[in-house]
Amino acid sequence: MGSSTSHLSKELLTEYQELTFLTKQEILLAHKRFSDLLPQESRNVEDSLRVRVSTEQILTLPELKANPFRERICRVFSTAPERDSLSFEDFLDLFSVFSDAATPEIKSHYAFRIFDFDDDGTLNKEDLKQLVNCLTGEGQDTQLSTSEMKQLIENILEESDIDRDGTINLSEFQHVISRSPDFTSSFKIVL
Amino acid sequence: MARSSSFILPIPEGRESPSPDLSPYDESIVHDSFHQLIQEQSQRVEAEALELQEWPPRDKGGGSQSLRGPQEYCSATLQILANMPSRTIGRSRGAIISQYYNQTVRLRRKNSRPLLRDMSRSARPSIRQYDLELDLNPREEEEKRSLLVKELQGLTITQRNHMLRDMPLSLTEKRCLRQDSCIHRGRQRHHQGSQTQLYCCSRLKYHCIIAFRSLWYGLLSGLHALKPWRCHLKQISGQFGSSVLSYFLFLKTLVSFNILLLSLLLPFVVAVQVAFPPTSEFPVSSFTGLELFTGAGRFTHTVMYYGYYSNFTLNQPCSSHQNSDHCPPRAVHLPYNMPLAYLFTIGISFFITCITLVYSMSRSFGKSYQVGSTLGVHAITVFCSWDYRVTQRWASLQHDNIRTQLKELLAEGQLKQHPRSVCGRLRQMTVLLLVWLLSLGSALGCAIAVYSFSEFMHENHEVRTQMISEKLQEASLLALPLIVCIISLVVPYLYNVLASWEQHDSPVLEVYVAICRNLILKMVILGLLCYHWMGRKVRSLEDQCWETFVGQELYRFMMMDFIFTLVDTLFGELVWRLITERLKQDRKPEFDVARNVLELIYGQTLTWLGVLFSPLLPAIQLLKLLFLFYIKKISLMANCQAPRKPWRASHMTTIFITLLCFPSFLGAAIFLSYAIWHVRPSRTCGPFRTLNTIYEAGKVWIRHLEEASPSVTWFTWIHQYLVENTFFIFLVSAVLLAVIYFNIQVVKGQRKVICLLKEQISNEGEDKIFLINKLHSLYEKRATTS
Repeated sequence: MGSSTSHLSKELLTEYQELTFLTKQEILLAHKRFSDLLPQESRNVEDSLRVRVSTEQILTLPELKANPFRERICRVFSTAPERDSLSFEDFLDLFSVFSDAATPEIKSHYAFRIFDFDDDGTLNKEDLKQLVNCLTGEGQDTQLSTSEMKQLIENILEESDIDRDGTINLSEFQHVISRSPDFTSSFKIVL
Repeated sequence: MARSSSFILPIPEGRESPSPDLSPYDESIVHDSFHQLIQEQSQRVEAEALELQEWPPRDKGGGSQSLRGPQEYCSATLQILANMPSRTIGRSRGAIISQYYNQTVRLRRKNSRPLLRDMSRSARPSIRQYDLELDLNPREEEEKRSLLVKELQGLTITQRNHMLRDMPLSLTEKRCLRQDSCIHRGRQRHHQGSQTQLYCCSRLKYHCIIAFRSLWYGLLSGLHALKPWRCHLKQISGQFGSSVLSYFLFLKTLVSFNILLLSLLLPFVVAVQVAFPPTSEFPVSSFTGLELFTGAGRFTHTVMYYGYYSNFTLNQPCSSHQNSDHCPPRAVHLPYNMPLAYLFTIGISFFITCITLVYSMSRSFGKSYQVGSTLGVHAITVFCSWDYRVTQRWASLQHDNIRTQLKELLAEGQLKQHPRSVCGRLRQMTVLLLVWLLSLGSALGCAIAVYSFSEFMHENHEVRTQMISEKLQEASLLALPLIVCIISLVVPYLYNVLASWEQHDSPVLEVYVAICRNLILKMVILGLLCYHWMGRKVRSLEDQCWETFVGQELYRFMMMDFIFTLVDTLFGELVWRLITERLKQDRKPEFDVARNVLELIYGQTLTWLGVLFSPLLPAIQLLKLLFLFYIKKISLMANCQAPRKPWRASHMTTIFITLLCFPSFLGAAIFLSYAIWHVRPSRTCGPFRTLNTIYEAGKVWIRHLEEASPSVTWFTWIHQYLVENTFFIFLVSAVLLAVIYFNIQVVKGQRKVICLLKEQISNEGEDKIFLINKLHSLYEKRATTS
């Protein structure tokens, strides 16, 4: 772990380790995977920390390919103005939130952002509808019928919308998530 | 609220003014829905009247007022809506910064270390309980940020790192914050003098925690990779749903219980006896295939049964009076008291099994039943059920699984909404009563049949000894297990037929009722058999080894049970599928979860009953379970279909574990206690042959201890006054009951508080809707008048 050109410097590694939930080995592995997505000429350390990778390339990763929320994940973690590319630090952020050591509060915060398809800060009926369609599958025949969808969304709002305004905000979402013991174990992506 | 004239509001003119809370991304691009609408609205200035559509009326609460959709509000209202704290906290950087500023201040005031998990939930930034330096005016983001940096500087390094790590901001932001708070750090070094010790300790603790944590996670991920049957279970749950999966998970639990038993019995009892085999006075018979079924013959005088075990101390030094003629030189002279080891190992393994069962029961109760209102199962299924680790191959199975689950949930909700009339309920009650009477009657009838058959076999055993060959005699021992297994196979089908007459409201209840009836049948038969063994067989086999006989009986029952399960699975389901294919019906057989689970519980009860008499029985049960897993899975995949009536299996695991604990384990423990405390061991074999009861071995040992060292009298005192005296047990039970009552009252109180809080929150929500609607009407009036 010296300061050779193909590795991250020790100080940087320590800083990343203290600010994220990843271990040093995981950070190095993430750097390697990120560099593999870059074009050949920008695979050295300085460039890899500067250059951004487009969303299409990130989506070729096998860990993300099968995920129905993959576009939302990339959009949420991207800090570019058009939100269509990830830098290395965004990439680290992604895997930090999805790692084993992340707290349930962080995970539920980002889960909320991922499920908020229109980015308005709450989950309304449209968001929930899109969410359920993502979960049930791509094809026409795998989706729920209109009446089932309507019934399901009503049930969800009845159970989670405590202030009865027709939308689920972050506090209500976190309250619902806290009652499920499975959330932290399922909201994980490992490199 | 009729004083609208004094309602002064800084209404923003023009299309969009930059909101004070900058989000991580440019708001005008992100909020497409609002942005577009704001543009449209501001283009149609005065001419059009807005169409006011009613939001679909909700069932409960809300009343006449409700929040309308975004297209019905004017741009200014939309602006205000978009900036409400409950919405900004989910998306805006400024809101996150101010929230963490609050937390940091609170932390500094308390002057305590942050617990890693003890951060408060997202409080609204507008609710600031502290004093006036924390203000109510909206501030620019830069100002908020600098306040946060100042607060961060007041914390120790570990606290700062934890705080930064837990913030839901991007990594770049966090690095900037950290750099800024580090710059000023140097100036504060001279304040740190008195705190250096604390600083070192916190650093050490931090390193220890990190090291432990990485070790633990490494171990967990290693274990996760090793998890047995993970792919099989995923396949099953994807195709058949969670109800069938619960059977296989229960099988896995039983495997772990048997491994627990074996891990104690093998090293302490079996291995030692194998290392020091007793001199055998019996001729070794040849191995015929029949031993595998009857457990007798070649297997009788092996380490498998109680009769083989020695009743003296093994590996004693040569100075002892016994066996002085052959005293082979041994490397290590470590005396091992066999009877004591036998008694204590069995006692301790049962105790540990009991504790594990009660613990897993309470844990699954804790997961499935919670304080407060509905569990929110729809919301939890939708938000939490997608496993993000899934790869391409299994993704479609996950989609199927989740879809099935959602449909199941919706179907159950539908069923709750159509209750019956009084007449229908009365009719249902009478049918129910009739069916219950019939099933209990048949259980009783089967019990009597088994009892009379066992008496018949017992009477004729002595008569027939001289007349037929030994082999046939051995085979006739299999008759009783055969009858019991046939009854266990046939009667549940009868119960299924009876159950089709009654129509329950929920499929879950049907399953519970079926389980109950089958359980009563099996427990009655087992109870009868135990009575038969402890009563008749002990008395008639006085001079022989009755314990070995009981061990063999249990082995035979287990073998028969396994054979019948195989037959039922392979032929029953296969034949049914062929028949339905021939008849061109589209109904494959369904997997009957209740019946199969009870078979598993029955097998485990037999193991626990027989552990005292045959220490290797858990090993046989383990092998049986491993075979069963693969056989059941193969048959399931080939022959069965997913259950037609979709129903939830969320409480099933709790029920299964409870059934395993209460009738099954408790019954076995009672039987064992009776055998240890009251029954006289046989004189000719086994580790307790010279004693009056098995329990006496412990008493004898204590007496030896007392004689050896008089300072151990407190031990006998404990034994005399606490174990044998019943007053102590009454006292402990009374204290336990008081604690339970107290906890029940606490839970009741918590439920009431939760209801009150929920009411309060929904009242606040109504207030909010009222205010927004008022705001909207105000803007409308203003738009029409100006």
